[in-house]
Amino acid sequence: MKIVKTGMAGTMESSDINITIEKNQESGIKIYLTSSVEKQFGDQIRKVILETLEQMKVNDVVVRAVDRGALDCTIRARVQSAAMRGAMSENQIDWGLF
Amino acid sequence: MKKKLRRTMMYVPGNNPGMLSDAHIYGADSLMFDLEDSISLKEKDSARLLVYNAVKTIDYGDVEIVVRINGLDTPFGRNDIEAMVRAGVHVIRLPKTETAEDVRKVEKIIEEIEKKIGRPIGSTKMMGAIESPLGVINAVEIAKASSRLIGIAIGAEDFVTNMKTKRSPEGIELLYARSQLLIAARAAGICALDTVYSDVENEEGFRKEVQLIKQLGFDGKSIINPRQIAPVYEIYAPTEEEINEALKVMSAIREAEKKGLGVVSLNGKMIDKPIVERAERILELGNIALPEKEEE
Repeated sequence: MKIVKTGMAGTMESSDINITIEKNQESGIKIYLTSSVEKQFGDQIRKVILETLEQMKVNDVVVRAVDRGALDCTIRARVQSAAMRGAMSENQIDWGLF
Repeated sequence: MKKKLRRTMMYVPGNNPGMLSDAHIYGADSLMFDLEDSISLKEKDSARLLVYNAVKTIDYGDVEIVVRINGLDTPFGRNDIEAMVRAGVHVIRLPKTETAEDVRKVEKIIEEIEKKIGRPIGSTKMMGAIESPLGVINAVEIAKASSRLIGIAIGAEDFVTNMKTKRSPEGIELLYARSQLLIAARAAGICALDTVYSDVENEEGFRKEVQLIKQLGFDGKSIINPRQIAPVYEIYAPTEEEINEALKVMSAIREAEKKGLGVVSLNGKMIDKPIVERAERILELGNIALPEKEEE
């Protein structure tokens, strides 16, 4: 999935995570995470973000994540939405990527 | 097998992660995750994915998961159906159902997706929401339109607006529609769910409405707040006297079966099929197991 513009999803509400995905001028995936539970769950949140992007075949992006205590399923959903918005394919879902 | 009770079906907006993960702890019989009216046009895609991931991940226990999709006349309806069948929701609820054809169109798509992903055909159930005069007129055909239908619900706000009136505490403006919907549901052998009561602060008004719909014969009510759960259960709960009477009826009928008698009397009154059915319903509502049939 090719990211063509900045895609954003999620809110700053409790139990949610706000995800912004934009093109990385360099190669690779870079994740900037802010979370109130960073010390305990930071690695797990990064892992879920990365796995979701890999599954969707998204490469070379910068991800900014502001977490408010989201469950893994919420993190996955917000990354998927942000990526699909960035790829401008919100309503043409390729279920093979989920 | 115990019948599924649907006394309360609680609305949960599909774009709220906190509510999606916690809503089942309040004890509603069914949860209805909404992708339709409570979601803005710009968030339809993200709500769909949030509900999809939540349903796939969270263990909701015995709570029935219903999802209200967007109509097929919008750009979102088809994707909603595909996501929800893939997620494995129990019931897909159609918005604004006006004809039997509306039900069949959604059913056709559900079946295509079930085939594509290898889910058993027919495992995704459906519900129709009747919210317009045309829907009320066609309620009987709608209720019989698919074997997947587990129930029909009335949505009052749109209906009363179409009828050029508004809701009143007595609900006289809804009497015809509620009655028509109930008759259609009963003729088809499916559930009938009443509309929401929006004024959460007015418990007295809510209780009156629940008493009314219980008396009319509804299986339960759509609710919008966990605070509305307990009053519904309280009103629907049978009294001790009713339970004792129902247990006596069931034992008398079992006794008659054992003796090979067709009819039986209890305290001088004949016990026939409708009385047995009412007794069974009371025991279901009281969450009391039916007395087992004697083994041959």
